[in-house]
Amino acid sequence: MLGSELSDLNIEISELVEKHGNGRQSLLPILQEIQKRHGHISGHAQQEVARLLDIHPVEVNGVVSFYAFLKTGIRAKYNIRLCKTISCELANKASIAKTLERELGIKFGEVTKDERYSLEYINCLGMCDQGPAMLINNEVYTSLTPHKVIEILDNLK
Amino acid sequence: MPILNKPIVFAKENFGDGFEKGLKMKPIDIVLAVRESGLKGRGGAGFPTGTKWMLAATATAEKKFIVCNADEGEPGTFKDRVLLTEFTEQVLKGIILCGYAIGSQVGYIYLRGEYDYMVNQINSAIQKLKNENKLGKNILGKDFDFDIELRLGSGAYVCGEESALIESLEGNRGEPRNRPPYPVNTGFMGYPTVVNNVETLATVPAILNLGSDWYRNIGTDKSRGSKLISVSGDVEFPGVYEIPFGTKIKDMLELVGAKDTKAIQIGGASGTCISAKELNRNLSFEDLPTGGSIIVFNNSRNMLKILKNFMEFFVEESCGQCTPCRIGNKKLLDGVNMIEKGECSVAYLKELLSLGETMRITSKCGLGQSSPNPFISILTTFGDEILATY
Repeated sequence: MLGSELSDLNIEISELVEKHGNGRQSLLPILQEIQKRHGHISGHAQQEVARLLDIHPVEVNGVVSFYAFLKTGIRAKYNIRLCKTISCELANKASIAKTLERELGIKFGEVTKDERYSLEYINCLGMCDQGPAMLINNEVYTSLTPHKVIEILDNLK
Repeated sequence: MPILNKPIVFAKENFGDGFEKGLKMKPIDIVLAVRESGLKGRGGAGFPTGTKWMLAATATAEKKFIVCNADEGEPGTFKDRVLLTEFTEQVLKGIILCGYAIGSQVGYIYLRGEYDYMVNQINSAIQKLKNENKLGKNILGKDFDFDIELRLGSGAYVCGEESALIESLEGNRGEPRNRPPYPVNTGFMGYPTVVNNVETLATVPAILNLGSDWYRNIGTDKSRGSKLISVSGDVEFPGVYEIPFGTKIKDMLELVGAKDTKAIQIGGASGTCISAKELNRNLSFEDLPTGGSIIVFNNSRNMLKILKNFMEFFVEESCGQCTPCRIGNKKLLDGVNMIEKGECSVAYLKELLSLGETMRITSKCGLGQSSPNPFISILTTFGDEILATY
């Protein structure tokens, strides 16, 4: 990362701390917002948050590593997360998984070379009555069929 | 998606001006009305709500907090999603009434990260109540200030456990605390905190509108009132249903159009699996308690595969803090894989069932205490079928 990008990130984080407050209870909302904007929380970002909240960086890393939605590695533009819990499983999630792997050319847990798509499983989305269901970034897609999945992927810009 | 059958409590007209009536009452009278109604916690544990509120109301503390637990993560449960979409205002009013009753100024809604797309809707409902002076300073001209803040989870099932949820709100890893002390005594930032399920809080304005007696007369002696049930799996009409407590499994299956049923999972992954022969059992705290999830399996389903799905879930979602849950769930999952390959001796299976019992009594929180439930109930009820290939 370039020095100028780092200082941009520092400014951004200090604005977030100003907005949410520098108490420990603001840690999660701050991290969630960094995750949402950048798709991940880099080591540098974790250090900077720790500095401004006056806690040890290990404390921040402990929190980041605990929550499934907070990532340290670079995420693709479209993070596709397919629900694998029981009701979606019964609703033939396997056919959706197969379609996604075939169309994107990657397996679950992988990222496409152009960093456009990443594919992973997720636990219960609370869409059990409309399975199979998946999230693309924070948007939810339900009652999936292989054809519908191809259409959805087609429509991603 | 609305509630599919004829609603009992969750019909718009039942809420009337319950909120305004409540704010005209003395705080302690709200607590008494909730206690009289017999309302119990709808998240699954079933602690009497009035008693919890009474403990918080009588506590002497500089600050008190309310947390609406909307971290609905139990597989097969989605009734809170429907409530927060269709009855957003009643959920918020329930939180405010609780605040007034126990003497608190701040309430949090802890919404699971998976429901991020609902944030704008909930925030605009909060703003609407602020504009109507039903939230903020001097609510409806009374000497009562209250604010609600929406906070998000980040994909950890264990945060549905109340003390883990509080840890998460405080900015920590969502690792459950030892209980006691309970949150109602030592909760958020060490202050008395009422943690209630979305459904519990949303029921309160209806109770205050139509009276405790109206509510008491629904359901059974030990389980008063109604319950929202999320139905999924092999049924014709999946969705959310409202039923009076005491409803028989037979009637529930008919309502949702279940055919050729083999088994029913009651209470989600951490619940109990019963065979379709147990049709006369009923949904209530005294027989089959549930936080609101029913998953139906038909005769084409392989029960071992279902069990494997549940155990994989618990291995991933265990927070890893205590040994019985962290290692125990792994051992149970290994056992399922061994059974699948025909490599698990019956003697070892008995060992695993006994390990499950140990996990029930030695795990630190509800997750570990209930995670062996599907293992024990599926292998007890469907053991013959599963071991038929032996």
